[in-house]
Amino acid sequence: MEKKRKIVINRDWCKGCGICVAFCPKEVLVMDDQDKACWAHPEKCINCGLCELRCPDMAIELEENKS
Amino acid sequence: MAVKDYMRERFLPHIWCAGCGHGIIMGNMIRAIDQLNLKKNDIVVVSGIGCSSRMPGYLDFHTMHTIHGRALAFAMGVKMGQPELNVIVPMGDGDALAIGGNHLIHAARRNVDLTAIVMNNSIYGMTGGQYSPLTPTGKKATTAVYGTDSKPFDVVALASGAGATFVARTTTYHVKEMVDIIKAAILHKGFSVVEIMSQCPTYYGRKNKMGGAVEIMETFQEKTVKLGSKKAEADPELMQRGVFVQEIQPEYVESYQALTAALQKTAQKGRGLGKGEHHG
Amino acid sequence: MKSGTTFIQGNEAIARGALYAGLQFFAGYPITPSTEIAEILSEKLPKLGRKFLQMEDEISSMCAIIGASLTGLKVMTATSGPGFSLKQEAIGYAVMAEVPSVVVNVQRGGPSTGLPTGVAQGDVMQARWGTHGDHSIITLTASNLQDVFLMTVEAFNLAETYRTPVILLFDEVVAHMREKVKIPEPGEINVVERLHTSVPEGTNFHPYLTREDGRLPMSDFGGVHRYNVTGLVHDMWGFPSNDPKVAYDLLHHLVDKIENKADLLARYKEHHTEDAEILLISFGSAARTALHLVEQRRQRGLKVGLLELQTLWPFPRQLVRRMCKGRTHVLVVEMNMGQVCQEVRKAVIRPERVYLANRFDGASIAPADILNVLNMIRGKGV
Repeated sequence: MEKKRKIVINRDWCKGCGICVAFCPKEVLVMDDQDKACWAHPEKCINCGLCELRCPDMAIELEENKS
Repeated sequence: MAVKDYMRERFLPHIWCAGCGHGIIMGNMIRAIDQLNLKKNDIVVVSGIGCSSRMPGYLDFHTMHTIHGRALAFAMGVKMGQPELNVIVPMGDGDALAIGGNHLIHAARRNVDLTAIVMNNSIYGMTGGQYSPLTPTGKKATTAVYGTDSKPFDVVALASGAGATFVARTTTYHVKEMVDIIKAAILHKGFSVVEIMSQCPTYYGRKNKMGGAVEIMETFQEKTVKLGSKKAEADPELMQRGVFVQEIQPEYVESYQALTAALQKTAQKGRGLGKGEHHG
Repeated sequence: MKSGTTFIQGNEAIARGALYAGLQFFAGYPITPSTEIAEILSEKLPKLGRKFLQMEDEISSMCAIIGASLTGLKVMTATSGPGFSLKQEAIGYAVMAEVPSVVVNVQRGGPSTGLPTGVAQGDVMQARWGTHGDHSIITLTASNLQDVFLMTVEAFNLAETYRTPVILLFDEVVAHMREKVKIPEPGEINVVERLHTSVPEGTNFHPYLTREDGRLPMSDFGGVHRYNVTGLVHDMWGFPSNDPKVAYDLLHHLVDKIENKADLLARYKEHHTEDAEILLISFGSAARTALHLVEQRRQRGLKVGLLELQTLWPFPRQLVRRMCKGRTHVLVVEMNMGQVCQEVRKAVIRPERVYLANRFDGASIAPADILNVLNMIRGKGV
């Protein structure tokens, strides 16, 4: 099923702190091999938005999924 | 509006370290402002010096980056000058409690309608990790090689004691609570102090082997309790979060405006302008 | 405020001059011998619907007026030596951020707590260099209360024109004495208003981009343009910059905008100078004594005159050089150890002919103090 909102990560702003990954209640995010956050498991995402609220770099946005 | 719409985007990514709590505070302060539907032109953000004080530069409001410890003094001038403006004052440990301590207690005593955000990361980050008046006893820092020499301030107790009429505390882990508290603080007509426990993984965290940003935020999650909760009653030693003071008292600028209005009314009633007289 | 003739104290002349110039916000802290300024304004400003704040110290007073100035108001603070020392960092901020403001320093005996009720003129160099870093600043003074009123209005005008803090450097004698002052009618003296930008909403406004005529239009906090104000070296947007070219240009701008106008900014008075062989140079209450001596000696046929400086900074070098040319002797009269004398020596062709008649023990300089030095340099002993 398509998520209502998708996670969009600004790789220029992401500093790879790992906060979003550590505190995601469903372990949906991972750090990739370039030390940037990545929405690796969209199917498990519950769109809680906590990653967006906790990102210190304003690098995560939940966007309307227009597909 | 999106958070990005409130920022001076060309200056991002910001200068704060990876995992620094200040970015979390900035983002949620913007969300609070957005949820209150405040107009950008009605907001002035005044800071002093330090990592915390770099915040205004990134925000698309009227912004002032002033001198160390004096943010509240400048803010007082702005608020008296244009009382309709919303004046928000983000400060760090030193700005609010060391060099700026005197201005904090006087702003609180006067109950001026300002919103002070104390970004407590228990260290002086910008200058490389010296201890602050908020560093817990015995912790290490570059000027506390043998551990700090004294107790830290209890910001909530100090602000309350000095007369602040809205006093709250939260942490960078408790983001939803943070937005609600900041909203209430801005709406509150009087001097609001919001202490937000933040993390400095680069200096405070490293020097005291507290891990990184995630580990420090986990301690915020585990070692703090909601004010008035059963957990708080069970362990009074734990740091409490929530709104500690929220009361309406005469606000300084409003009281002054009432005085001037009354004086001008009396003057007008008394007589018209005589020969050779003029205002000023 | 009534116009017409009145008999008031110097501090009151300062307060009234400020109100005439359009003062809308005063923040201060009491300190002898300037306290009356705060007391008078605490009563007058609320009646006029304007703002008065007694802050917790001199530092926050200076900071508060800078904040208020950025909301579009004309602002002033007042203090004496120890408070003036405290304000220096914030004065530097006003210099760097180019915020119009007026700072009154009623000088008393220093250094440190010094002589709170004694007169001195020891803060001249501090007015110039009290805040750190390369910078320029305007400093005005006066010797009689009519001029105290006028120089106060002038201070506000120059603050607006040059977007700078302006220091009014008076002294305890001038501030506490009482004299006749004629308060002018509104419009009788020119008052310069805040220059606002004409850039419309939605178009980029650069708070630090100088106009062709050298003026720097402002936009009030709360208005349609949002920008940043900082004490860091900054670009024309007001944003911090590490770029050496930006730093070079900014520092030159801050200094040149005032130093290059030293001639234009030179306010002064001449007394009996045309045919004077000996020229006295003085300022503030010391100039009153100097003038008395000049008039006394003229009656005895001595060709002596007085150049009374009202602008101390930027130092009026061209004026002083021109005025000193051809004199047999120049005698600087001041109540410090030679702060203006040094500047005069730097400005003239024959510095070896510049002498100092001074006093710094808390008492006013007396005619005899000047006469003794005059007689010495003329080879007549005492």
